[in-house]
Amino acid sequence: MLELKNVSFSVEDGGQLEIVRDVSLTIEKNKFVVITGPNGSGKSTLAKLIAGILTPTGGQIFFDGEDITGLSITERAKRGIGFAFQAPVRFKGLTVHDLLKIAAGQEISVSNACTYLSEVGLCAKDYIDREINASLSGGELKRIEIATVLARKTKLTVFDEPEAGIDLWSFQNLIRIFEDMRRDIKDSSILIISHQERILNIADEIVVLEAGQIRSVGTKDEVYPQVLGTEAGERMCFGQAARKEC
Amino acid sequence: MEKLDGIQKRLIAEVADLHEVPMGAYNFRANSKLAGRQTTANIDIQSKENGTGIDIKIKPGTKKESVHIPVVLSESGLKETVYNDFYVGEDSDVVIVAGCGIDNCGSQDSEHDGIHRFFVGKGAHVKYVEKHYGSGDGNGKRILNPVTEVYLEEGSSMEMEMVQIKGVDSTERTTVAELKKDASLVIRERLMTHGEQTANSIIKATILEEGASADVVSRSVARDHSYQKFDACIIGNAPCHGHTECDSIIMDQGRILAVPSLEANDVDAELFHEAAIGKIAGEQLIKLMTLGLTEAEAEEQIINGFLK
Repeated sequence: MLELKNVSFSVEDGGQLEIVRDVSLTIEKNKFVVITGPNGSGKSTLAKLIAGILTPTGGQIFFDGEDITGLSITERAKRGIGFAFQAPVRFKGLTVHDLLKIAAGQEISVSNACTYLSEVGLCAKDYIDREINASLSGGELKRIEIATVLARKTKLTVFDEPEAGIDLWSFQNLIRIFEDMRRDIKDSSILIISHQERILNIADEIVVLEAGQIRSVGTKDEVYPQVLGTEAGERMCFGQAARKEC
Repeated sequence: MEKLDGIQKRLIAEVADLHEVPMGAYNFRANSKLAGRQTTANIDIQSKENGTGIDIKIKPGTKKESVHIPVVLSESGLKETVYNDFYVGEDSDVVIVAGCGIDNCGSQDSEHDGIHRFFVGKGAHVKYVEKHYGSGDGNGKRILNPVTEVYLEEGSSMEMEMVQIKGVDSTERTTVAELKKDASLVIRERLMTHGEQTANSIIKATILEEGASADVVSRSVARDHSYQKFDACIIGNAPCHGHTECDSIIMDQGRILAVPSLEANDVDAELFHEAAIGKIAGEQLIKLMTLGLTEAEAEEQIINGFLK
């Protein structure tokens, strides 16, 4: 479904600073894949490269066999790539219903819009006409963000640190949402950038990124032993000792 | 309505959302002449004796009735000043829809200056909607300079929705209000300017007696080379609440000057103002593009939502 071939991304910072280095990765259909790794390892940059928000400085990205490296965000979205932001964006004046309509690409009835909100655990009637502004909490925004991505029915959905900025209570609900997604994955794929053990636990495949490079790829059982005791492992919530710090 | 031509009917639809003769009282003015009037048992409309405008008298206790007073100009070069006075009886609850549409295909400027005065009786509630719209591809300018004066008696309230989204080249809008005990004023202004247009909006609300409140919110978008000035002042002379907010998006070479001001003349006057001007946030565009919109479509959605 998605294939990254030798993808690199660097920025000018006095010299060339390479944030993503020569990453090659394939994400198959029906897979729930988590990319993890320490802060600054290039995870979010990689997610943005896939969505087209950033353009690689080297390598190619293929989606369903098509080279999409030079395609815009819009063109990638139209081909079926969805992206959920780490920090959801606020819009003065646009309501939750408006955003769900845009996401669905057509008029959607209130009852359909409510279905998406219910899926993310929001009481639809309380939210459907709310403006997506500062009156919503971080957890509410996050769930609305996920609802808009669900409404798109994309082939590949990329979530950039869905757990960031939400409270513990919202996090429990978030895990439940991802467990449901994992169950109903059908012909799509899900790619999540995350540090959280409970999200890693439901992954088919875990990709560990460190200093912009792939350190290891495999199932949970394959990856855990390789990263425990390393910088990547310590920063993630692997094991009891590390969990206390999370 | 039957006396109106196609252009005039289109203008009326834009400024008053009217596609046919409305229920209730109305007064249509087209090219400086009366084009239709209807009164009701509770709402009377009379031309002023000197011919400069109309008096609208709403009987006390009138509930759930409406008055439409749209004005259209479709001849190039017309300039007029009209004085309309509204006397809203005590304890009534009415909707007043005004608005002016100018279609100028000629080379001379067309201008309508509507001076509206509202005398709102004790306990009465008025919802006032005013839309301004311009069209036509002539060189002549479309100019609107409305003046609105509002006098709110004890316990009365007025909600004003003022919209100017398209086609008016130059506007100087002045709104002044005086509020007595427990009166409430809510102003929602939405403005978009294009091309070389200029728009000045001056609002001054004076709270004279305790318990009254004023809330003035302006949302505006300045595109191309247009210029806007928003000057809102709330004066609190008694224990009261006042709030002004100017929230603006600038695009292209648009310019906006926001001058919110507050004057508290009583220690229990609680007054706030907020003003924010900025371009559309890049992350907003990106978010909507990840939902499949092009950049231009995303921009349009953001602006439509902002001005909704």
